Amino acid sequence: MFGRLSLDAIPKSPVTLGGVATMILALLAIIGLITYLKKWPWLWKNWLTSLDPKKIGVMYLIVAGIMLLRGLGDALLIRSEQALNVQGVPLSSDTFQQIFSAHGTMMIFFVAMGVIFGAMNLLVPLMIGARDVAFPFLNAASFWLFAAGMVLVNVSLGIGEFQAAGWLAYPPLSELQFSPGVGVDYWIWTLQIAGVGSLLGGINFLVTIIKMRAAGMTLMKMPLFVWSCLGSLSLIVFAFPILTATLAMLSLDRLLGMHFFTSDLGGNPMMYINLIWAWGHPEVYILILPAFGIFSVVVASFTSKALFGYTSMVWAIWGITLLSFLVWLHHFFTMGAGADVNAFFGIMTMVIAVPTGVKVFNWLFTMFRGRVRFTTPMMWFLGFVVTFTLGGAAGVLMSIPAIDFQVHNSLFLVAHFHTMIIGGVIFGAFAGYTYWFPKFTGFRLNEFLGKCAFWCWLVGFLGAFVPLYILGLMGATRRLDHYDPSLGWQWLFIVAGLGVMTILLGVGFQILQLGYSIWQHKKHPQPAESDPWDGRTLEWSISSPPKEYNYAVAPVVDTRDAFWAMKQSGLKPSKTYVGIEVPKNSPLGMFIAAGAFLVGFGVVWHMWWLAIVGIVAVIIFMLVRFMDDDTERIITAAEIEKMETVR
Amino acid sequence: MNAEAVATTRNDKAIFGFWVYIMTDCILFATLFATYAVLRNNVAHGPAGHDIFNMPYVLTETLLLLTSSFTCGLMILASRMGKLKQVLLWLGVTFALGLAFVTMEITEFTHLVGDGHGWDTSAFLSSFFTLVGTHGLHISVGLLWILVMGAFLLRKGLNQHTTRRLEMFSIFWHFLDVVWVFIFTIVFLMGVA
Repeated sequence: MFGRLSLDAIPKSPVTLGGVATMILALLAIIGLITYLKKWPWLWKNWLTSLDPKKIGVMYLIVAGIMLLRGLGDALLIRSEQALNVQGVPLSSDTFQQIFSAHGTMMIFFVAMGVIFGAMNLLVPLMIGARDVAFPFLNAASFWLFAAGMVLVNVSLGIGEFQAAGWLAYPPLSELQFSPGVGVDYWIWTLQIAGVGSLLGGINFLVTIIKMRAAGMTLMKMPLFVWSCLGSLSLIVFAFPILTATLAMLSLDRLLGMHFFTSDLGGNPMMYINLIWAWGHPEVYILILPAFGIFSVVVASFTSKALFGYTSMVWAIWGITLLSFLVWLHHFFTMGAGADVNAFFGIMTMVIAVPTGVKVFNWLFTMFRGRVRFTTPMMWFLGFVVTFTLGGAAGVLMSIPAIDFQVHNSLFLVAHFHTMIIGGVIFGAFAGYTYWFPKFTGFRLNEFLGKCAFWCWLVGFLGAFVPLYILGLMGATRRLDHYDPSLGWQWLFIVAGLGVMTILLGVGFQILQLGYSIWQHKKHPQPAESDPWDGRTLEWSISSPPKEYNYAVAPVVDTRDAFWAMKQSGLKPSKTYVGIEVPKNSPLGMFIAAGAFLVGFGVVWHMWWLAIVGIVAVIIFMLVRFMDDDTERIITAAEIEKMETVR
Repeated sequence: MNAEAVATTRNDKAIFGFWVYIMTDCILFATLFATYAVLRNNVAHGPAGHDIFNMPYVLTETLLLLTSSFTCGLMILASRMGKLKQVLLWLGVTFALGLAFVTMEITEFTHLVGDGHGWDTSAFLSSFFTLVGTHGLHISVGLLWILVMGAFLLRKGLNQHTTRRLEMFSIFWHFLDVVWVFIFTIVFLMGVA
């Protein structure tokens, strides 16, 4: 009946139990608060069942934000373990391994991917002058699959264990022989469910950008953020099927005793490592490209200039998109593929620095002789230029196979990719968050607290990762909980620990900034500014927050920076309204994802009946949705006129 | 936009989106093909392809599937001409051929496992069962889809929603046919060569 599941599945480690208790208490507090405020119907109607991409985008960001806190908690535990350097304090070796595996999984799949899809949901339809995404229901289903994966990975904390084989679970360590527990299965099914969500989301937004742009918005007139998303989405639809297939094969090894990646009967572990990086390297660019797009919009806005070298920026995006599929082998030069193969992938890796360099110089040239306003988003941008160039230089260094042999699997590598992901993706996300916050709320975030947060993050980031570069060059291997004190490395680990604490202080400032800005707005409500930053792109031409239908009158575009041109020419949009079709709410996306969760949980614990119930549920809910031909409602012209005059 | 234009753009988006989905599925199969190509000689202590493949049997499966692609095409022609009865007829024939294909495949798999050549014998057999089985699973999903479409057509007849879904089904079915041609060539023909 319960498969492998028994009371033994409850973890014994005090750290894990503390984490579980915190999560359950937080969950109960939230549920209690919603019940006390009688907000359930409101939550159900306006958020949980909504098919509006603006709502779905916010939900993505909330999930990503919560997971960021959990991932940071993991980071703090890793850092304190290494800074204290006493074996077993605060973590046992096994818990330590689970925690660094969970940290990577959380941060990439739930924080970074959540931020990217959140940003796309919020911004892509608005920026191309569309009223919705191509498939609104599919969009909700994608989000809920992402959320179901998130729930599954968190359940692993309290029921069973998480895997201890690193965030990409290399075989043969992740095979049944060496990891007999449920940890790897949790990891596989978490990623499978969230990955299908990402794949469907990728298809949806690709079609949205190709098919739903405003009249007159040719490809070369799109805002650069949309271009960068198009590159990222192309990578998603090309790369995520590889992940799905690879995880399925690992799962078959574990469930049915197959021999894809085992070390016996002809299995080939290196096949897994090739496949996972054929997905994994494009994944890096899936994350970074939208961040590049955010910076392109932010820099142009705060220098009041058109972006320098738009065309070269577009080509740079496609150069990166293409090249990102030709470099996967640089993750394992040590495989022993031979000098020719290593040289090819080394050179390709160096070549990818060229379009990236083009982008950095274009941003700097945009600032040159512009009227730069040093707002918080610009601070994040400037911080990004420094960190990203540092990380990029480290990357080019490692692209030389001979050097890579020295630093492979060292903390130098760990420092390198954290520089790219924090200094690139996360700084980009924060720049975008500050820049577009007024678009979706009608008021700005506090600038002073934002700058405090920025400096804490920048200083904390350098404090946390510069020591790791040094340690890595001295030969410190990654994923160890204990380094011999005679090496004299202790002080560097302590500095890195202090760095993480400084980052946490920055996060504290961000939470404070959000709370304080909302409180200020409630206390002294100001009329919403529709265009607080003197923006250039279409989304600023409508009210903040935007109405459900986005554009009352479908916009017509004839230049780049369409809104800037409208402001220059003084052209106002017409006031003749016609009825607009919007999708009706539907809870079925959530139900489908719940079915997928049951499948995942059932397979992890070998509760086969539960998995079958889950599959049947998914099929039934899909059929219910397909049978319903009445999925739209009309907002009439009169209603639109009323809403538009209130503003 | 008038109602007809709205419907056209919706169809347009759905069909384009479905093509993108087919492309992702294509990459899924490409991954399995690549894995098969790498592992096909890793037979360990088990049999190699030429020891177990029954070519006349596989050729029969192939012909069944190719014919089903033809009848699926006839179904689409009928749907475009608005002939509901013919659509149902050709959908039924496609279903029968697909079902025969899946039944033959399952029988073959049962035989292999019965002879002690299961998927846990060697990396070659793991990748063989997974690649061919994934195709079979897709065909089975297609069969389920036909049943659902049949029920929809009986209830609602041919309208813009049902015809759009028939078009998408036919893209799916032809795609699976193309994948099978590759399986037939790479797995079976090259396996016995």
